[in-house]
Parts: sequence; structure tokens; C-alpha cells
Amino acid sequence: MSPRWFARRCLLIGYTLLIVSLLVFAITQALPADAAVMLLGENATPDALAAVRVKLGLNDPVWQQYWHWLSALLHGEFGISMRTGQPVGPAMLLALSRSLLLAACSLALMLALAVPLGIVAALRRGGPADIGASIVSYLGVSLPEFVTATLLLILLADRLQWLPATGYVPLSENFTDGLRHLALPVLTVSLILIAHVSRMVRSEMVDVLHSDYVRAARLKGLSGAAVLFRHALRNALMPVITIVALDVGYLLGGIIVVEEIFALPGIGRQLIVAIETRDLPAIQASALIMAATYAVANFLADVAYAFLDRRIRYE
Amino acid sequence: MSDVLRRLLRTPQGALGLAILAILVAVCLLGPLVAPVDPEKIDFLGRFNPPGGKFWLGADQLGRDMLSRILVGARTTLPIALAATLLGTLSGAVIGTVSAYLGGRWDEAIMRTIDAVMAVPGLLLALLIVNTLGKGSLNAMLAIAVAFAPGMARVTRSVALTVRQQDYVSAAIARGEGSGWIVFREMLPNVIAPVVIETTIRVAFAVMLFATLSFLGLGAQPPAPEWGLMISEARGYLHQAPWLIVGPGIAIALTAIGFNLLGDGLRDALNPRDER
Repeated sequence: MSPRWFARRCLLIGYTLLIVSLLVFAITQALPADAAVMLLGENATPDALAAVRVKLGLNDPVWQQYWHWLSALLHGEFGISMRTGQPVGPAMLLALSRSLLLAACSLALMLALAVPLGIVAALRRGGPADIGASIVSYLGVSLPEFVTATLLLILLADRLQWLPATGYVPLSENFTDGLRHLALPVLTVSLILIAHVSRMVRSEMVDVLHSDYVRAARLKGLSGAAVLFRHALRNALMPVITIVALDVGYLLGGIIVVEEIFALPGIGRQLIVAIETRDLPAIQASALIMAATYAVANFLADVAYAFLDRRIRYE
Repeated sequence: MSDVLRRLLRTPQGALGLAILAILVAVCLLGPLVAPVDPEKIDFLGRFNPPGGKFWLGADQLGRDMLSRILVGARTTLPIALAATLLGTLSGAVIGTVSAYLGGRWDEAIMRTIDAVMAVPGLLLALLIVNTLGKGSLNAMLAIAVAFAPGMARVTRSVALTVRQQDYVSAAIARGEGSGWIVFREMLPNVIAPVVIETTIRVAFAVMLFATLSFLGLGAQPPAPEWGLMISEARGYLHQAPWLIVGPGIAIALTAIGFNLLGDGLRDALNPRDER
């Protein structure tokens, strides 16, 4: 990981965020909504509307509006919500922290299940575990989150009454109750992740087990466990970092739907509420924060990859 | 072509996927002919009828027959998913090829911009676009196409670049083949295969994305028998009538599984290195 590669990668993430901000700004500009009417209501007098337009800078050229918005963003100001009249930034960051908790729990559950599943499937190819893993992976990639979420809701909350159906309890307030409320969203989100990752671990493991260095380790007389964990697994898990980073994209998309269904007040739900109420600053802030999270996750994955695999010399 | 089909049918995924999709296409073409009753017919006495008897898959909150609605719903979902994927693939392929052709700084600029656009999760991008264009099936289709284009551009570009540098292309040039032969017999079959595989798997995504947009109220509008919309409408009755959710859910999953299986089957059948 040369300093030049690192500098270039940092430059690229800056460019990514710039393009994303342009995209989000352009899309919200094109929205058929008049911010002045949104603020004052349908019955406002033309004079009042004109005054608000001047105050918000709505008469300025578009690029000037973009520049004002961007420089405010760089100062950490996301604007004032049209719906609540409160600053958008702090509300979004609080929502983001809840979404990150959901994401972290889902990733943890995924790693705990997908890696062993992939290993067993690779070791016993064609066996029951392999067939089971392949069914799980097809179901995982073929069921949209809203279907999985609703089916789990029917089964675990409505029929069996094991888990609460909706709502959110902070872990700091009541730890067990908080976890129980997180369980259904986490289960839903991790299914698709388990599907992707177990498949990836399996195919990598199959390749690695046929490699020369694993054969050499076996011929050296090392025990099966030593070969598996010290030689094979380490190399098989490398590409998993990349797929997990790419999956953060699915995760963020899934979070939008899952938070909406389970009434979890995270960043995805903020986005849906903002879209429904045409709250422009809130749409911009939530979309931008989600995209930035994804970009940063990919960046971290690249760095981790370069750091862990010394054979890679990014130039 | 028949050779590819034969190899496709020899893979278990390909055969199963093709069978599922054949049934689906038949349902789309025959449509209302196979539906037992009119999917819009309201029957207040039959409200929330559980599966069985007159209503094989039950009846919804207005007493409409679920089986008929699910069967007719295929006619909405499948054409829209296919159209969105094709549109996204075509525009992506044009961008990718142009980028590969221009090369150098332009290629770099275009690809880095595409990377940046791909930092927006697909559902989020589609959600923002359809929200700007206005809700409805057609706009949802356009939004999915736009969301797909960057990914397809990346796939096409990388494939086009790799194929150009392959030994068999150099060999054909060295043999003195005409450029028509090289492009059509050597390069195109090898460019098409990965794009076709990627496109097939994307249709599964398009099916799920369209259903999700409809579920969120931005795609198909009531009273259309669209699977995602049906689940959204049934959410209020999930305690008394869970079959209203299970039926359309299975329909979405089967369609997506069909395209995923076909994509995997095609990957095995079209892989030129795998001649077993």
C-alpha cells in the first residue's frame, strides 16, 4: 500500500462524494415542489411567497444555489427540515446511529452463520449441508426484503408471538427489550447477506482446497484442522471482504424497506418520511449520508484488503 | 444456438430455471384465459375466504380471487422487468463501449464518474428518480433502467477491453483474418456471453426492485394486480389473512429464482473454458 495509492484513493472518494452531491442536488431540484409554498402553505400571499423565495435564495442561478448548499454541507449544516422546523443534521445522525446498529448486528449474525455454512458446504460438496446452503442462497437472493420481512412478521410476531412486531427501544434504556425489537429487522437484513457470503466462501474454499500450497501442507503431514484453519481459511476469506463491502449497498437498500416495515426510526425511515412529505433538506441529507456511508465502506474495504494481502501492490 | 440450449438443459440450474420461466411466459401470454375468474371481480360474500373450495389461493379484502390476481399479475411484472433490464443494459453497453473506445483520460473520467454513481445504492437511486418523475409503472421502469445502466456499463467495458487483448484475437489477426471475421466470429460471441449472463441475473433484481417500488406505493397503482402492491395492501390484514401475503410473495420469489437459475445455468453453458 504505497502512499501514492492511498493519496489517489482519497482523491477518488472525494470525487465520488462530489458527484453524489451533484446527483442528489439535481434530483431534488427537479422535484415538482415549490419550497416556498411548502413552508408557508397553499394560502400564502404572493408577496410573502416572494419574500421567502428571496430569503431562501430560490431566485439565484442553480449553480449558485448548489454552491451555497455545498458550502453549508462542508460546514456541517444540512439545512432546516420543512416538516419539523428543526435542523436536519442532528436528527439524521441520530437516525444513522440506529441504522448502523442494525447494520452491525446483521453483519455479525451473517459472519457467524455464513462462514461456517460456506466451509462445511465446501468440505462436503454435494452433501446435505451443501444442498442446504445452495437453497438458502437462492432464496436469499430471490426474496425481496419486504417479502422476507412480512413473512417473518407473520411467523415470529403474529403466530408464535415470540418477538415484538414493530417499534424501537434504545439498548441503553432496556438492553433485552432493545435486542428483541432489533431481532426481526436483523434477521431480514442478514438473510440476503448470508446468501451472498456463504456462496462466496464456498466457491473460494473449493478453489483454495485444490491449490498447490494446501496440497503441500497436507503432504508435509499437517493435521486436517491445521491445514484448514492456518492455510486454507485465511486465503479463502480474503475475497469475502470485497463482497461484504459491496453488500453494504444491498444492506442500505434493504434498511430503507426494513425500517419502514418494522417502524425502526433509522436513516432509511427518515428518507421515506422525507420523500412522502416532500421535505427537500431531509431528502438531500438522508440520501447523501447513505451514499457517503457506502462510499466510505468500499474505501475501508480496499484499504483493509491492501493491508491484509501484502502481495497486492496498488500503484 | 441449439448447442447452447442443449448444454443449458444439461445443467440442473439451467433446466429448472428454463422450466420455471417457460411456465411464467405461458401465464403471461395466456393471461386472463388461465385465470379462473375476473381478477377485478369484487365478491363481498367471499371476503377473506381462506384458500380452498371456490378460491384456490383464498380471497382478498374485497373478495377478489387471489389465484386469478397472481396469474394476471405476471403480465405487469414480467414485461416491465424485462423492458427495464434491456433498456438499462443497452444504455450501459453504449456507455461502456464508448468509454473503452475513447480510452485514456476520457475512459478514466467516465469510469470514475460511473463508480461515483454506483455509490448510490440501487434502490435509493430508483426511489429518488421515480419520486421526481412521479409514481407509476412506466416511471418505475425508467428508474430501474437508470439504476442498472452504470453497473452494465462497467461490465461491458471490462469485457470489451479483456477480449480485445486475448490471444485468440491476436492469433486471428496474425492469421490474416478480415476484421469482419474477427469482430463477429472471435470477439462478439465472447463479449455477448458475460453480458447475457449478467443481464439474465439482473432481470431477477428488476423483478424484486419493481415489486419493492410498488410495495412502497411508487410503482403500480391500485387496483392493479401487481404482486408488490398486493402485499402492501394486505399488510393491514396479516393477522386475519396471511395467505394474501404468502401467495404474491411466492410468485415474486419463483420469478426471481427462475432468472437466477437461468443465469447460473447460462454461465456454465456459455463458459468457453468449460468443455466437459
